[in-house]
Amino acid sequence: MSTATEAKSKSIWGGGISPFNVSWGKMFMWFFLVSDAFTFSTLLVAYGTMRHRFTDIWPAPGDVFTHFPFIHGHVPLAYVGLMTFILIMSSVTMVLAVDAGHQRNHKSVAMWMGLTIVGGLMFLGSQAWEWYHFIHGSKEGTYILADGRFARTDDYEPGKLFFWHNHQKTVVEGAEAEKLKASAVRNIKGANMTENEYGNTPLFANFFFFITGFHGFHVFSGVVINIIIFINVLNGVYKRRGHYEQVEKSGLYWHFVDLVWVFVFTFFYLV
Amino acid sequence: MSHNAQNEHKPHGYYTGDIHNQFVEEHYDPTAKKIIWRTFWILLVATIVEVAIAFIPMHKELLQWIFVALTIFKSAYIVGVFMHLGKEKKSLQYTILLPFFLIVYMIAICLIEGVYLFHIG
Repeated sequence: MSTATEAKSKSIWGGGISPFNVSWGKMFMWFFLVSDAFTFSTLLVAYGTMRHRFTDIWPAPGDVFTHFPFIHGHVPLAYVGLMTFILIMSSVTMVLAVDAGHQRNHKSVAMWMGLTIVGGLMFLGSQAWEWYHFIHGSKEGTYILADGRFARTDDYEPGKLFFWHNHQKTVVEGAEAEKLKASAVRNIKGANMTENEYGNTPLFANFFFFITGFHGFHVFSGVVINIIIFINVLNGVYKRRGHYEQVEKSGLYWHFVDLVWVFVFTFFYLV
Repeated sequence: MSHNAQNEHKPHGYYTGDIHNQFVEEHYDPTAKKIIWRTFWILLVATIVEVAIAFIPMHKELLQWIFVALTIFKSAYIVGVFMHLGKEKKSLQYTILLPFFLIVYMIAICLIEGVYLFHIG
């Protein structure tokens, strides 16, 4: 009997040791991230479903997100590319903080944590800038014509109206465009939850606000967590504890935020 | 000298110090920094390629599959290297990754549903 109990306790699932060889805190951070990944997956899959449902009127992201600070004209994808770079960079500084923690290098951990926070704040600022331009939209906005057609305008090509259908563009200009504008039923500028100037479906703006907003809130909470860890590092909490595992756990969350952005970047801005 | 004393005090790991006070093995890899920066360059180049090929005229569906492939490629590096899952035990890796087959299934059924809804109007 006693030998049987002994043999059982030696099995890795028999208790007394960590079968995964990680602390319970890190394991549950992983389990939380799996559940959070499922949440983001459902949001992106819902986006994909509705995009297929309204594929004929869905705007191409390359024609919507074309602003770049201090540049006059359309620069598609460059700004979100920059945001991706900022987030990847702050992921690198985070993993360098974890690495410094393994070496018990107190000063180095503090420096890399500080830079990670700066990267997170830069990303949040970029997102605020992008939301501002998305919400305010173009100078002239979009005209809803009497027959229900959706006539977009372009700040850099005044006097022209653009009709999109199935990703094909038709341009109307000159006197004919002026006539259509004069007969327009309504003019939409920018975006809100019920209508937007980019596509003839509120869903496009709804998904933009919800998905990038949900991700942005994750970045925000990640920055708050990182600031708390940073203060603890400065106060020598982990130096006294003898290890920097807490930095690893907040690092897991921070990398996850970067990981989600990689998917948002592809499925919202590129595809 | 002091470095050796520290190593004797904490042999290849640490106790978590919470109520479970588990011992966690730690393998410090002296090449870790090099691997981190190499991963950074891989992620950066993959992102630049994604943005660049968006401007190359090609079959739209092919382009989308390249985007998906590069996204999975990038996420493998983030999860494997930055989140350190590549060096964790096999049992933990499978526990975390296998549930995502459900997501693949969800993507398939939902996109088919979306296309169907488009056709019936």
